[in-house]
Amino acid sequence: MNALYKHRLFWPIASLLALIAINAIARPQFIKVTVRDGELYGALVTILKDSAPLMLVALGMTIVIATRGIDLSVGAIMAVSGAVALTIIDGSGSPDNLATVLIAVVVALLVALILGAWNGLLVTVLGIQPIVATLVLMLAGRGAALLITGGEITTVNSAPFKWMSGGYLVALPVAFLIGLLAITIMGLIERRTALGVLTEAVGINPEASRLAGVRARGIIWGAYMVSGILAGVAGLIYASRISAADANAAGVFIELYAILAVVLGGTSLNGGKFSIAGTVVGVFIIQTLDSTILFLGIPSAQSPVFFGFVVAIVVVVQSPRVRTALGSLGGRRRSRGTSGPSTDTVEVAR
Amino acid sequence: MPADTEVPPIVQMRGITIRFPGVLALDGVDFTLRPGEVHSLMGENGAGKSTLIKALTGVYAIDDGSITVAGERRSFSTAADAQEAGISTVYQEVNLCSNLTVGENVMLGHERRRGTGIDWKATHREAAGHLASLGLDVDPRSILASHSIAIQQLVAISRAMVLDAKVLILDEPTSSLDRGEVEQLFGVIRGLRDQGVAILFVSHFLDQVYEISDRITVLRNGALVGEHPVEELPRDALVTKMIGRELDDLAAIASSSHRTIDRTGTPVVKATGLGRRGVLEPADLEVYEGEVVGLAGLLGSGRTELVRLLYGADRADEGSIEVRGAPVKVHQPRHAIDHRISLSSENRREEGVVADLTVAENIVLGMQARQGWLRRIPQKDQDAVVKEYIEALGVRPANPNALVGNLSGGNQQKVLLARWLATAPQLLVLDEPTRGIDVGAKADIQRKVAELSAQGLSVVFISSELEEVLRLAQRVVVLRDRRKVGELDSASTDLDMLIDYIANAGEGSAA
Amino acid sequence: MTATMARSERRTGAGPSAFQTFLSRHGGMMPTFAAVLILLLLFVGAEAFLRGDFISGGNISALLLDNAYLMVLAVGMTFVILTGGIDLSVGSVMAFTGILGAKLLADGLPAAIAVPAMLLGGAAIGLFIGILVQYFGVQPFIASLAGLFLGRGLAFIVSLSSIRVEDTSLLWLQSERIWMGAWYITPTGIIALSTVAIAAFVLHLTRFGRTIYAIGGNEQSARLMGLKVGRAKVLAYVISGSCAGLAGLILTAYSGAGYPRNGIGTELDAIAAVVIGGTLLTGGRGYVVGSMIGVFVYGTIKSVINFMGAEQSWMQIIVGALLLLFIVVQRAIVARSEGRR
Repeated sequence: MNALYKHRLFWPIASLLALIAINAIARPQFIKVTVRDGELYGALVTILKDSAPLMLVALGMTIVIATRGIDLSVGAIMAVSGAVALTIIDGSGSPDNLATVLIAVVVALLVALILGAWNGLLVTVLGIQPIVATLVLMLAGRGAALLITGGEITTVNSAPFKWMSGGYLVALPVAFLIGLLAITIMGLIERRTALGVLTEAVGINPEASRLAGVRARGIIWGAYMVSGILAGVAGLIYASRISAADANAAGVFIELYAILAVVLGGTSLNGGKFSIAGTVVGVFIIQTLDSTILFLGIPSAQSPVFFGFVVAIVVVVQSPRVRTALGSLGGRRRSRGTSGPSTDTVEVAR
Repeated sequence: MPADTEVPPIVQMRGITIRFPGVLALDGVDFTLRPGEVHSLMGENGAGKSTLIKALTGVYAIDDGSITVAGERRSFSTAADAQEAGISTVYQEVNLCSNLTVGENVMLGHERRRGTGIDWKATHREAAGHLASLGLDVDPRSILASHSIAIQQLVAISRAMVLDAKVLILDEPTSSLDRGEVEQLFGVIRGLRDQGVAILFVSHFLDQVYEISDRITVLRNGALVGEHPVEELPRDALVTKMIGRELDDLAAIASSSHRTIDRTGTPVVKATGLGRRGVLEPADLEVYEGEVVGLAGLLGSGRTELVRLLYGADRADEGSIEVRGAPVKVHQPRHAIDHRISLSSENRREEGVVADLTVAENIVLGMQARQGWLRRIPQKDQDAVVKEYIEALGVRPANPNALVGNLSGGNQQKVLLARWLATAPQLLVLDEPTRGIDVGAKADIQRKVAELSAQGLSVVFISSELEEVLRLAQRVVVLRDRRKVGELDSASTDLDMLIDYIANAGEGSAA
Repeated sequence: MTATMARSERRTGAGPSAFQTFLSRHGGMMPTFAAVLILLLLFVGAEAFLRGDFISGGNISALLLDNAYLMVLAVGMTFVILTGGIDLSVGSVMAFTGILGAKLLADGLPAAIAVPAMLLGGAAIGLFIGILVQYFGVQPFIASLAGLFLGRGLAFIVSLSSIRVEDTSLLWLQSERIWMGAWYITPTGIIALSTVAIAAFVLHLTRFGRTIYAIGGNEQSARLMGLKVGRAKVLAYVISGSCAGLAGLILTAYSGAGYPRNGIGTELDAIAAVVIGGTLLTGGRGYVVGSMIGVFVYGTIKSVINFMGAEQSWMQIIVGALLLLFIVVQRAIVARSEGRR
């Protein structure tokens, strides 16, 4: 019992279950899942379906954060990938042709991969801080997406493309299955290869890792590429859902929600230890909270206030000051600080 | 003008004791500083010099003992408090703001004002006055970063003078200065001393300590060894006091180590003229199969610098490296590892272990990095390797899933040793593997090194404890002041000879 | 290498040339000079290739008018970035205070109450971020992210749709034009320029201002030097928040309405303007006047694009590219100064 209590995913999962329980009590139909034509429907299924873009982006963000980085450009990459795909489909003249859609998807993902590689280049080779490096693309990417669509919202009617967000496969929404696939692949890579532990080593102690012979640069670069391609997929799902490429609206603020999901899942923004499962739970918490806010009749535009407070509470609870206050109530602190929170890091040069 | 003992001390520390979790950092140390003297604080790494300074300047709280400044019992809670009381510190990494002007750094917080705003003209004029009083001809309006470290240090001293410092602590001020700059700094120090300022000087350079000091206090392992006027403490006596003589039962290792090495063939690793500007003058090093080469010298002598260049941790800007006769390029650690050269860094915490990973993950890290991320070492093999080394080296707790950050220093060192042994190196470089760890772990590590070299592993062994070096190594390379000064055969060298060599080689008395 | 050269130059004692003295004193201004140069090139280029009257009183006056809100935001952002932080909240705080002011005025309250409320609202969110950063050790990026969410949500809580402003005194800020020949300036322009002037005074001639620079240079040293680091850091965020409140006032006057969707992404424009103006994102180096130049560069690019009838999307791409250029240049400067040490 005590071990369960101390598990790093205890609080995230407990919060998620609590949210679901509150919803279920307030509106019993929340947990009702119905089967229609062999397809599942219900509020929970909608949450699973709608969470797909955020899930993909947050998974990529987890890896980037594990390397001590951050990727602000994911929203812009989503916009670009949607714009590329829909422009190809729109220009082809046969939007319902599966081959056309496949080509569009592959090209869009390739572009997303290149954008991720660009971020990685700035961070690893030029040594620019991740926040700043990805800010460039965050700004310019959306402009590029607008250029691709000619400044308009490109709309298409393409059944195969629409299937990505609206379709069902073995009774489950395709969008959810795509997210599930990404989770599975990342979980497998983490388990079956050494990438997980090497990424953590680089994030925890870059210098020790370098001296141990770890290819830190390649690992960090790879993380940004993964983040790029996952954002690309997210952009496709988003575009598919609205059947349009809206370069201004696609993925707006998603980088912020993704970071929030990662933090909620217990991965520290200081890099190192990360948890794919934690991020998954974090995404579901955000999506359920969103659905709850909507249910309460609060306009969704106002929901950021809640998320603002959630962010503040989570970071305050994780902060060194609160931790030491909670953790060492009995213990005496060693080094006396000057002032401020950075006390613990005030280590005057030798 | 050495101060005489009759002058009442400005700083008097009595029975200072500081405990860190698991370590007694200072054990009842006394220290006295008098006005108008330059007092050097000597000791090897971990002796407690920095801790003592931090106790004086209020960075650390003391567990026991008393501090008296100018006859008044004091206890500072911040560095700013200590400054108020006239104790200023100049660190090796200058603690100024290099983005601001020289004058501003001198005057920050004490600017001249006119009306509502700062009067920059008057402020810079005053700064120029303070700089000139130290004989510094520097444009006070120039940006600090545009000056050398030497000038920056003198600017830091000027700032201390603005604060009207009675006590000036200089912590390794000369580590990155060249000869002429040291002279300039010493000129300033002498000037201040003659004005009655008490100066606490810390340096690893023996020559400089003897040039500038009036008095020397020696610490070892957190305890006071003694306080001596400089003329009563010859160099080799000082080195002996710093290093200490350890009676131990490791004679067996010594006898097994002192075998003859066949040096007729090709060395496993041969470095020729390896150097880097400002870090190390070009030095040669060769290591033969099954040989342990010790690097001896005080801290900052260039011993760590040499092996970092050899390993590619820092990039050498001259010299060449051969592995078994074939010239190789070593520009980064990966290259060294590819040639099966491993380095265990002296800086265990920052450059060695990955604290938040487990013992098992830390041990496997080196092997896994060599294999690449795609080919994960099967769990079964990992477990076997980890178990083997935990047992062979006696890692405690013997739990592969414990976080390395929670282990004691000695056990962290064993984990590091395991990491490198698991990669099956042909040359293992160990930089201070026994520093700051308990006696048992020390013996374990030495025994293991002797055993492995007997089996054919080549080792470069660095330690501040010269007995260790003499015991394990067949050949000892001596460095001083960032320069290789010679090589000794350890079978025909005893501790006194080695100490004498470290202290005096190249000075004419030895070599 | 650079270090030894620099030292030996000083030792020659022959006295440094005027150019060397200038470099050693004002080397940090180079990026700002570069921004001025870019601005001049833009002006001359636009004048030569686009139309004859680009460099005209009317046009340049309009440039200030159109970008007054951004200039105020950039001033606040400069304080935060100089300490080595970042404030992502300014766009949404501007939207919040703008709609708050419009709502209060629409409810019949006088401007004398509405305007201070706007400034206080901005300052409060700034204080919230500052406390998270300073006392809870939260990274500025994340703390201001919470501020961003908070501001945007509060804006929508005040009103979901735009609110027209009828109050004449507020609209006067925008409509009044003080003419000087072909040039004119509006009260909003005066507010923006005075904000720059006051900020320049504070940053260069007060101890608080110098503490801001010292923190950005080396926070640890600043603390060891006995400066009031904690207070200054919190205050930097409060100033940024207050500037966002002021920008909300200007934007509301400019557009004649409060709108909760205003300023999405404006924080990035403000950051870009500050960086283009020569302030280092790592803190400690830069000038508030440079940020003003950065805003002019931004505004000029925008009006050139408008004039050419090109896609507005080029704006984002060009600003992104300029940002990249300046970051790489800054990176080189930092690398050079580190190499010297």
